[in-house]
Amino acid sequence: MMNFNAVYALLLREAKIYFREKERIISILVSPLLFLFVMGKGMADGQSPVPGCTYQQFIFPGIMAMVLLFTSITYGLYIIWDKRLDFLKEVLAAPISRATLFFGKSLGGMLGALVETLLLVIIGAFFILPLTPVKVLLSLAASVPVSYMITNMGLTIGARMKSMEGFGLVMSFLTWPLFFFSGALFDIATAAPYIKVISLFDPVTYSVDLLRIIMLGRGAFSVWADLGAITLFCLLTTAVGVAAFGALQQEK
Amino acid sequence: MAAIKTDNLVKRYDEVTAVDGVSLEIQEGEVFGLLGPNGAGKTTLISMLATLVHPTSGTALVAGHDIITQSLNVRRNIGIVFQEPSVDDLLTARENLYLHSMLYGMPRREIDPKIDKMLALVNLSDRGDSFVKTYSGGMRRRLEIARGLIHGPKILFLDEPTLGLDPASRKAVWSHIRELKEAHNTTIILTTHYMEEADNLADRIAIINRGKIIELDTPAALKKKVGQDLVFLRGAINEAGIKALPFVKSVERENGQYKISIENSGANLQELLNAGGKIEEVEVRRVTLDDVFLKFAGQQISDDADEHAEGIFERIAVNKTTRH
Repeated sequence: MMNFNAVYALLLREAKIYFREKERIISILVSPLLFLFVMGKGMADGQSPVPGCTYQQFIFPGIMAMVLLFTSITYGLYIIWDKRLDFLKEVLAAPISRATLFFGKSLGGMLGALVETLLLVIIGAFFILPLTPVKVLLSLAASVPVSYMITNMGLTIGARMKSMEGFGLVMSFLTWPLFFFSGALFDIATAAPYIKVISLFDPVTYSVDLLRIIMLGRGAFSVWADLGAITLFCLLTTAVGVAAFGALQQEK
Repeated sequence: MAAIKTDNLVKRYDEVTAVDGVSLEIQEGEVFGLLGPNGAGKTTLISMLATLVHPTSGTALVAGHDIITQSLNVRRNIGIVFQEPSVDDLLTARENLYLHSMLYGMPRREIDPKIDKMLALVNLSDRGDSFVKTYSGGMRRRLEIARGLIHGPKILFLDEPTLGLDPASRKAVWSHIRELKEAHNTTIILTTHYMEEADNLADRIAIINRGKIIELDTPAALKKKVGQDLVFLRGAINEAGIKALPFVKSVERENGQYKISIENSGANLQELLNAGGKIEEVEVRRVTLDDVFLKFAGQQISDDADEHAEGIFERIAVNKTTRH
């Protein structure tokens, strides 16, 4: 049972906290911009798999997926702080279902990820890849389910994690591999077979591909395959995440 | 009707049994004190009643709803003030209260006036728009109490509400608690290891030790079980002569002195001293709940109280420095 007033309240809290920490909004964009402008420009004669595009333009959708991936996962893992500081107790004790809590938290994470993506798209549209307003809107629309499924993953892991020490592990063993196997920096179609196989299980692969179709007009899979895979991952992460939140108890 | 009725509640963790078969009934409008040392199971007991922790076995009815099968209904009827601070540092006091009111489904137009009222009640009106991270420990506590009350719960759980507060703030919290009982007939379950607090506020007190309730009665009756007054005598005391007096309830030797529990020292002290033998030193005082606990649980409570309070503040300080 979903309580929309409570979802709104949870989202409002996340929005207030997010917009009050302006340094964080900027600092999150630093490493993606390094990839775009240093690696993208540095490999100036790097071949672009899409004819008529530079390598920098080719990786731009991939870097956008990277921003979605890193902000969403980090946000999800942040509930460890809530847990350790007992702020989570207040919402665990409230008369709302765990699905409501999960959904409110998810929306909060999506909000952050979408703001970062918007900033990146604006930078990209001016300096890298001219985009029509329709393409900007379409790529933002595509970012919604992508940030949703990844926030869900972060929240699920965060709900099960006991301490912030696990943060580095998740980044090394999950976030970076998800990024590298997604084909954000290269064309999956021409990659080594073992990379291809692994990337099929990586939800970020379909996100990168969908954004590439929108922005560059060409991807490795069809739009429907990408949308289908993303929908599947959204449903899966919702089910697993709500269950993980259901198991959350006040720790002794 | 009973506000709370528990039936053989048990919570077992890997190593310890935190709550070991508690059955009790708390009446509507009652202030019920749970008194015991650290680790006695007080917090675990109220966490189960507030549906935050699943019991290992047994169950309870809170406001007429089962804590296991109807947890959302239980939650709608209760308020809880946690032992550890749980207000959001990154929000203002007003925003904390707004968030809480929305989570508890209060009608939106009622929220703002109610927030003003609650801030006034806990004397935070002038600081309502400040971030909680700028608050002192006492102010946070008061804000948490305001938050626990804003949705008008029928039953309020207060877990160590005055832990770590200065005496003035402690008195202020006590008077809020009394007001609540008188003005709204709120049922209040209070855990504390301050004897004075339980004695001052509670209609009935359960003394809890190692997960079991070892005594349950009114403060006056509990004190009566130990005697009304304690007389400490030092010297060459005629123990047999004292024991023969009708108003003497018990005589114990303790640290080289006699601890004598008597009724009505005003009327009987002279007679006691006459029968006492060669007395070098006399001390008379009223029985406190400390004495009661010592008698029933066989150990002191107050020893570790200060240590515990310090520990909490250290934890807050550590968390502060590591958060961002």
